[in-house]
Amino acid sequence: MLLNQFLLLSAVLFCIGVYGVLARKNGVLVLMSIELILNAVNINLVAFAALNTDALNTDVSGDVFALFTIAVAAAEVGIGLAIVLLIYRNRRSIDLSEIDLMKG
Amino acid sequence: MLAGIAPVLAADGFVRPEIDWHAAAPELTLLGFGALITMIDIGWLERARRIAAPLASLALLATMVPIITLALAGDDRSMFDGGFVVDDYSLIMKAMFVLAGYVVVLMSTNYIAEGDYWENEYYGLLLSSILGMILMASARDLISIFVALELLSIPAYMLATWRKRDLKSNEAGLKYYLMGVFASAVMLYGMSLLYGATGSTLLVEINDAVGEAARPSAIVVLGIIFVVVGFAFKVSAFPFHTWAPDTYEGSPTPVTAFISVASKAAGFVALLNLVFVGFVGRDGLVGRDDIFEPLMWVLAAASMTAGNLMALRQTNMVRLLAYSGVAQAGYMLAPLAVAGSVPDKALTASVTYLVIYAAMNLGAFAVVIAVARKTRSAEVSTYRGLFHYAPGLTVAMTIFLFSLAGIPPLGGWIAKFRVMEALIEAETSAGVVLGVFVAVNSVIALYYYARVGFGMWAEEAPDGDLTPVNVPLSLGVALTLTAAITIAMGVIPGDIVGRFTDVSLLAGG
Repeated sequence: MLLNQFLLLSAVLFCIGVYGVLARKNGVLVLMSIELILNAVNINLVAFAALNTDALNTDVSGDVFALFTIAVAAAEVGIGLAIVLLIYRNRRSIDLSEIDLMKG
Repeated sequence: MLAGIAPVLAADGFVRPEIDWHAAAPELTLLGFGALITMIDIGWLERARRIAAPLASLALLATMVPIITLALAGDDRSMFDGGFVVDDYSLIMKAMFVLAGYVVVLMSTNYIAEGDYWENEYYGLLLSSILGMILMASARDLISIFVALELLSIPAYMLATWRKRDLKSNEAGLKYYLMGVFASAVMLYGMSLLYGATGSTLLVEINDAVGEAARPSAIVVLGIIFVVVGFAFKVSAFPFHTWAPDTYEGSPTPVTAFISVASKAAGFVALLNLVFVGFVGRDGLVGRDDIFEPLMWVLAAASMTAGNLMALRQTNMVRLLAYSGVAQAGYMLAPLAVAGSVPDKALTASVTYLVIYAAMNLGAFAVVIAVARKTRSAEVSTYRGLFHYAPGLTVAMTIFLFSLAGIPPLGGWIAKFRVMEALIEAETSAGVVLGVFVAVNSVIALYYYARVGFGMWAEEAPDGDLTPVNVPLSLGVALTLTAAITIAMGVIPGDIVGRFTDVSLLAGG
């Protein structure tokens, strides 16, 4: 079982996702970057579940976790797109750097 | 990989898990009412408007019934190999979430009805968010912690964006959403690493696995750090607090109260579950105290110091409460930094602080809502001379602010006392130094709380406008309830705090 390759791929995806969240100014691209992180998580979970499964033991908790992640991520991104759409309607722009009515 | 599931189901060894309906009754009751409100909204549209708020209050009161019967039964219950646990700790937390939700409904009733937005969905979303919180109190498994977290967060994103034609509310919702989702993604990555390192999603089994090695493996260290950082966003600990002031300012104020109290408390409950079931050393084992304790120490010290210093220069009451909330998160995190040395004391201190913080902070926001009914603003300057036209609100606000500052005999004092007690009794130099941090910060915090108090009592009202504030009945009930709890917790701590927060966390399955 070649675990390292999967972990490496997921780590790369995670880093690209984090970079995208921090660097991108377009609302939709930030949502896509978040999806990349969540997919990195799924790769990890499924790879670890396969690692733990052998002739004697079956471990499905990783697979089940991945299914939950996919389902919840869909709901999450649905809300995110709704909020981005709302902002587009009100401002005619989804540039996140312009959204600065309040300064934290 | 999916091929792995089939043999499990086909195997003769598969047993349907026992379901203890009584243990799940609070969640099921709330779920039923939440679904009912949503269905009524779809079916009756405008006609459902009058009954939405009363129905939401009824739902929360009905949810208290099974919580009380479970408390009276008094035994610890556990389902799904220990993935869902009902013990006295989780019952206290559930009761706190339901009561906090009830107060938020009381605060929302007039506020939401007077805005020109759809009202029924508001209560449906509020109830599903509370459902996530009471589920979190029982969750002892990575998957159920994750699902509970999302169940409480996703409706909260929508509530923050409630005034959908208002640009500030949009911005509040977007910032909350992006930070929240990013945090939960990072937390999930940490969870996947923890699962990989330990081969289980059950916190009890994770504890056994991570505590085995004398030195932690890199994957465990990364996993714990990512999970803790994910929840640090939720509880708005420094340096992960950046969303909080903006979200608090832009959201409808009852939602701000809900996010700053219930949602923050839910993040803490998750952290307590993770630390005290998943990471802390038990039965003579060391656990992973060596990783989470320094992490919590840094988060706690940084949160209280940075939160208080930034609160000093705020001119908006809601933003001031947001930064004071960052500092309060630091005080609540402090006992976790010594959780390995004195686990029982640390748990009690955190739970006490959470319960008292919920009462006093909700109360402070109730006053903000009441005052804004007249002034339409949350600027600190509009609170000047409040005593001359709203003496009752002034007394209430003074109680809440001084309680937040930790002045005896109010509730906040006993909360801080418990935290200090845990820090000192750990008898480690790190604990004592953190105790000094708590003490110094309490003094800094007193300055900005007292400044607001001084303005209310001693200064003249701006423009000499002395028309009284019209406080509706439900808001008055919310204020009375929170003030009574804040005072009672401080005056008779032995009877109340001792009885209700001296809890133990059921660790086993």
